[in-house]
Amino acid sequence: MNFFNIINKLSEVDPDVMGRLDTRRSVFNSLNTVSKRAAMASAPAFLAAFFSKAYAGTSAGDPKEIFNYALTLEYLEADFYNKMIASPFFATASALDQAAIRQISKHETAHVNLLKTVVSGIGGTPVTPVTFKAATFASLTSFAKQLEVAQLLEDTGVRAYKGRAGDLQGINDVTITGVGTINPLQAALQIHSVEARHAAHVRFMRGQTPWISGNGDLDNQEHYKGAIPESTITQSGVNLTTGLGTPYTATDAQASFDEILTVAEVLAPSRAGGLVGA
Amino acid sequence: MTDLTSQPTPAPAGLPRRAFLRVAGASAASVGLVLAGCNSTDPLPVVPIDPNLLTLAAGETGLLNYLYLLEQLEAAFYQKVVDAPPADLLPADKAFFADLRDHEVVHRESIRFALAANAYDANRATPLAFNFSTLTLTTRAGVLAAAQQFEDLGVAAYTGAMRLVSTPSMLSFLAKIASVEARHAAFVRDLRTPGSFAGDDVVVNAAPLQSVSLTKTPAQVIEEAKAFFLPIVVSTSLLPTT
Repeated sequence: MNFFNIINKLSEVDPDVMGRLDTRRSVFNSLNTVSKRAAMASAPAFLAAFFSKAYAGTSAGDPKEIFNYALTLEYLEADFYNKMIASPFFATASALDQAAIRQISKHETAHVNLLKTVVSGIGGTPVTPVTFKAATFASLTSFAKQLEVAQLLEDTGVRAYKGRAGDLQGINDVTITGVGTINPLQAALQIHSVEARHAAHVRFMRGQTPWISGNGDLDNQEHYKGAIPESTITQSGVNLTTGLGTPYTATDAQASFDEILTVAEVLAPSRAGGLVGA
Repeated sequence: MTDLTSQPTPAPAGLPRRAFLRVAGASAASVGLVLAGCNSTDPLPVVPIDPNLLTLAAGETGLLNYLYLLEQLEAAFYQKVVDAPPADLLPADKAFFADLRDHEVVHRESIRFALAANAYDANRATPLAFNFSTLTLTTRAGVLAAAQQFEDLGVAAYTGAMRLVSTPSMLSFLAKIASVEARHAAFVRDLRTPGSFAGDDVVVNAAPLQSVSLTKTPAQVIEEAKAFFLPIVVSTSLLPTT
């Protein structure tokens, strides 16, 4: 078996194979001497691990695609809050609620600008902006109705970022003009936690628990379901209600962990995908 | 219901635990090598042990122990508040503090499960007692100030630690906790100062990284929290930094 033949073969179906191996620095961290590389390259089990690590969690995903996906969602959120602030119902909200929406709006617009710079900075082309469907927005005939959608958008945003964290794992720091040196995974997670703060606040504004306990008025919506629903009580193979020695309630088990959504799930018409339009 | 059968990327049951056991096996083996290098007639080396120094292990085991320690700290704090709430804590607050306590206990116990024998306190006779003497826990204002400090620190800690994790299933496990910590932080901030859920003091408010959350390295977090461990001194010297 020749290690380099395998890479050659892979490059026929994946032109980015060398980039993938190169950016997955953790792969090479385990191979710190030439002799070790040579010794191990002949071991089939090692090769399998090597490639599964290089391709871990990726579906031909690269940072450009991942950050453009995030950018799309941020465009949607930013436009939604712009529409909310411009809506006649905005004046019906309390000064405190207005200030909160303005703060969230400021963050979403800043996320758009940051992600555009990042995508360009790593050699990509930022996606075309998307907007929140005007007809859907027009059907939200009160500040409270608009807040329902804000909650769904924020909770979905948290799940969407979390869903791509694995795809960014092990990718090298990048230096971006105008931003500086960032770690792609950490930057995405820094946005992820801001989205979670937004989600908690919008839920609390609406009289819901800031965390997803499963007993909220919107918790049965598609945004909380998916292949790994928010109602999940099993983590790392252990049922948290029964498997930890002391029993915990299903409510606590589900509220203690937020779950991912895949790209396809987020972009489905029943979730964020259905809110995108002219 | 189980999230494992339907998970798009395969994550075998109990993988983190097995991963840690593997690490444990490796350490045991290297200890064996070191011992094998000693002549049986050599006197055993005497290493002075500082009973008050807690050095977190290297690699992912150490990182997870670091987060375990923070979850223990948060859980102990909320337990103390729930056991002896300040007189001016509102009834609604109490229910939320019970929730916060429950979540932190679930986090603590699920991380402990993943660590198993590699938990730093697996062989301790009594659990580490935390030192809350610097906090004012007799007033609502004092309790909320402390809760905000713990939660904001927790968010910055998770955000700073996850890039140092190398096992995919471990990253996904920690990311699920990280956003719940951010929800907690937003909530206790709102209780303390309505509308401060994502204030400019915890979300960067200056270009170019505007509107991303603060992040702290393990060393920075432990430095900020050191008073709560006294007389124990926690060392992060072996933890990964890149």
